[in-house]
Amino acid sequence: MLVLLILLPLVFGAVVLLRPNAEARRWALLGTTLCLVIGAFLLGRFFTSEGGPMKGVGSFEWFPALGLSLSVGVDSVAVLLIALTLLLGPICVGASWTAIPESRARLFFGWLLVLQAAMVGVFAARDLVMFYTCFEFTLLPMFVLINEFGSTNRHKAATKFFLYTFTGSIIALAGLVYTAWAVGTRAVGVDGFTMDIATLTEHASRVLSLREQGFVLAAMLCGFAVKVPLFPLHTWLPLAHTEAPTAGSVILAGVLLKLGTYGIYRFVLPFVPVAVYEHAPAIAVLAIIGIIYAGLICWVQTDVKKLVAYSSVSHLGFCVLGLFALNSPGLTGGVLYMINHGLSTGALFLLIGFMYERYHTRDMRQIGGLGAKMPVWSTFMVFFVMASVGLPGLNGFISEFLCTMGAFVSHTPWTAGEAAQVGATWGPLGPWFGFAAGTGVIVAAIYLLTMTAKMVWGTLREPPDHADHDDDGPHLPVDLTAREIMTLAPIAALCVVFGLFPTQTLIDAVRTDINDQVAFVHQRVEEAATSAGEHLAAAEQTRTEAPGSAGNPAETVEPGVTP
Amino acid sequence: MTEKLALVWPEVWLFITTCVVMVVGLSPDLRVRRLCGWIAGIGILVAIGAAVPVEHAGGLFPAITPYAKGMIGVVGLLLLPLLAGTVDRDLDAAIAAGKARFDALRANRAEFYAFFLFSLTGLMLTASADDLIWLFLALELTSLPTYIMVTISTRGTRSQEAGVKYFFLGALGAAIFLYGFALMYGATGTTNLAEIAAAFKAQAAAGGINPIGIAGVAVALVGFCFKIAAVPMHMYAADVYQGAASGVSAMLAFVPKAAGFLAIIFICGTVGWDHGPTYDALPAPIYILLWVIAVATMFTGNVLAVRQTSVKRMLAYSSVAHSGYMLVGVIVGPGPGGSFWNNGIAAVLFYLLSYGITNVGTFAVLASIQTDSGDEADEIADIRGLHATRPWLAGAMLLCVLSLLGLPPLVGFFAKVGLFTSAIAAGEIPLVIILGVNSAIAAFYYLRIARSAYLEPADESVSTGPTPVPQRAIAAVLSASLVVLLLVVAQPIVERSVTASGYSPPEVGLAQDGPAQTLTVADE
Repeated sequence: MLVLLILLPLVFGAVVLLRPNAEARRWALLGTTLCLVIGAFLLGRFFTSEGGPMKGVGSFEWFPALGLSLSVGVDSVAVLLIALTLLLGPICVGASWTAIPESRARLFFGWLLVLQAAMVGVFAARDLVMFYTCFEFTLLPMFVLINEFGSTNRHKAATKFFLYTFTGSIIALAGLVYTAWAVGTRAVGVDGFTMDIATLTEHASRVLSLREQGFVLAAMLCGFAVKVPLFPLHTWLPLAHTEAPTAGSVILAGVLLKLGTYGIYRFVLPFVPVAVYEHAPAIAVLAIIGIIYAGLICWVQTDVKKLVAYSSVSHLGFCVLGLFALNSPGLTGGVLYMINHGLSTGALFLLIGFMYERYHTRDMRQIGGLGAKMPVWSTFMVFFVMASVGLPGLNGFISEFLCTMGAFVSHTPWTAGEAAQVGATWGPLGPWFGFAAGTGVIVAAIYLLTMTAKMVWGTLREPPDHADHDDDGPHLPVDLTAREIMTLAPIAALCVVFGLFPTQTLIDAVRTDINDQVAFVHQRVEEAATSAGEHLAAAEQTRTEAPGSAGNPAETVEPGVTP
Repeated sequence: MTEKLALVWPEVWLFITTCVVMVVGLSPDLRVRRLCGWIAGIGILVAIGAAVPVEHAGGLFPAITPYAKGMIGVVGLLLLPLLAGTVDRDLDAAIAAGKARFDALRANRAEFYAFFLFSLTGLMLTASADDLIWLFLALELTSLPTYIMVTISTRGTRSQEAGVKYFFLGALGAAIFLYGFALMYGATGTTNLAEIAAAFKAQAAAGGINPIGIAGVAVALVGFCFKIAAVPMHMYAADVYQGAASGVSAMLAFVPKAAGFLAIIFICGTVGWDHGPTYDALPAPIYILLWVIAVATMFTGNVLAVRQTSVKRMLAYSSVAHSGYMLVGVIVGPGPGGSFWNNGIAAVLFYLLSYGITNVGTFAVLASIQTDSGDEADEIADIRGLHATRPWLAGAMLLCVLSLLGLPPLVGFFAKVGLFTSAIAAGEIPLVIILGVNSAIAAFYYLRIARSAYLEPADESVSTGPTPVPQRAIAAVLSASLVVLLLVVAQPIVERSVTASGYSPPEVGLAQDGPAQTLTVADE
């Protein structure tokens, strides 16, 4: 089933490339919709069927001599991200229906489908080489999309995007391969490399010394932090976002950035937990700097698309902060953030794209007060800005809240009952981290509301040379068309559902896996602290608050997230 | 002697083919002359057929010949259509138009194909070398024809300049490694590689390898740097590649490089990879030398490539950089064996194949484009907008360049990962990081090529005519499809590269009694 989700877009991509330009968008829509239907079926089966944490497992030997296989399987986090990817598929096609000139439709939609296959491959991979192959291959379609269908400065943006992420990924590859070698030779004893992610997860933290863990952490972060992007590696993102075509921005914000946080969740935390525990404060500081600094940059932007792009940097700072809080609320918040940010920011990019198609400018000094002229557009705009700001009742709130809270309570056990049980501190972050991140929420409200005020309310401002329907391109009405509303409506519906019923929908879905992950990390850190191993004893000395002194903290790992 | 003969049957077949081609190419009938290429192809196919079944060859790397000769044959077959039409095109046209009469003295076709086959013969002989003298002669046989091929490949003065440059520096390189061979002979008293290895081993066991021997190995390695276009002998690459016709440049990027790497592997095999203080490594002076050369080569190649506007010069410098990558595998050595992942020599052998194929693809695309002035495409502007006029060529360029870059899931990625993993397994973390950084630098110029060919609209000022020689476009598409196909069938090839890298160092202590006994060791 999962393999089908990877192969089907490729097949349709080939069809798009072989059929004439005029049919390209229809085939693309058919392909992505078909995938979405299969994905919905898969999602349903995933949450109703019994079985281990990994489902939909399938494997097919590729190079047995190299120990390489194409193996797929998903846990709840991966399946949700795949669902997000599949949902954005038809939406992107719909959003590009008129924006892409028909003469070049094949190139655009073909690569869009290839990109979708690669993204699903990343989330579904259970083999390190397959993961990396898909992870890296996402660069090429995105490069083509930005380079060919972006706006004025697109060549520079595409090159910068490719070089930044390629450089980071290569260094991440070194870290991942080093882990594979260490596990292969020291734990599995195969005198070589182990590429199976499950085996790696099981052994990596035990066979790597603390020093090695530090280096592996640094190497992996080179790849994943660029992708997220974490301050100070974020500089490629505003340019790429601003120049990318609408569908490209939606995919970039919606899914591609999540490859980085997913990488942190899937590899960084379980592979090198001790180093993560030790360095989490430093990374969290970077995340918080990103939250506030990018927020302040947003405030002074005049280009509305750039503003949303920087807001992604700011928002993903929360996500990273939550992940490195190393507790249940933090990790849950981080995972939820991946989904919710994909929805709300993706929708904002769609709205800006629709506006740009009509006015050919994104400069807030030239355009504004659209509330009177485009009421439907403005309604959606306000709605998604609210979701993005984190208005309770919409989807952004719960994830932002959980991330901040995760950081805030990181050093204490989660529930009162556990506090009595354990009576000690544990996690790497603390209230000050939560507090500092919380100021970012205020900054977010400032810049997003300022933007909304300029764009929606006030007197109508239009570019001086703009006259309605003077385009050579397709004839667009003043306000949104039914097709455009169709692309936004499902996202809006999900925002409301996830906002009103976060526990029943998202949190329950990921609870078991998150708790397992947290338990795993905690257990390994404890183990390292109590282990008699030489390097681990040294590790204990270097930690200011050794978890070994924390009594019985292995019990801290079954928190229920019921906000 | 008869065993040796069994080993060199592929070379014998190639040589016979060469003789046939030399005669056929002088026929006054154009149709007969045109058979040259086909005959050469059949000869190479027969040579592959003769090479692959050979199982055991003796020497330090007993199993290397089937893989190496198979690889040489495959890339040779790809080069053949690419070389089509390099010489005599004007002459044939003039004869067809009745303006000239066929003159065997002025026609170059016979020599051109014959020299190509001679060079391949030399390369295959290099793969079967088990003796310093053999190795030297084989390397010279590989290189000497290429000097002439460079010079006659186009009618312009640039080719002549390139040929002269290439020849003088080549002669210098040959002199240097011959000097190294002499020193090795002086230190061990034998020219047989296995015996040298045994002697070195005995010396190492008795307190240290003779410094003269080490110096000989080091000097020989520096000499080989010319063949693989590595720092400090890389200067010629850009000028020569640019001056020669694209087909010949593609050949220069593979044939001497493969010869050089085989020679480097053999010569490093004589000292062995078991000298390091903490892990298995080459003796310290050799290790440091290769380390410095590898790092300098990677950086020089990539940084200079970034600054080029000519695609051929860019590819020339990238070829320099690729030599640097492969040297990492040589430094690592065969490792504990068994798996591809920790075997540096297997990684180098696989990389050579992957590089050879993709490299033919890129040059073949250039060779298939003719600018208005009648030259082959060279400047980056010449390939701009290729996707609109010739989508297949643009696709081939894209695939080959991305494979050179090492973008997964193309074959170049797996080759590079082989180098990565083997270096990690040997503890060469700094080399891995440098390799990674260089791959990233390389992305910059490879992307420029890919973008120009595949995405950008054509320059108004540059217009290109139809493909002059259709065979070249076939070579391009064939190479690109092999880049994809290799992913599916990589399993047996990777297995073979692992087998081929099998290193059988002589046993310690056997050498002290004299060469007679070590011979038996080598033969076993």
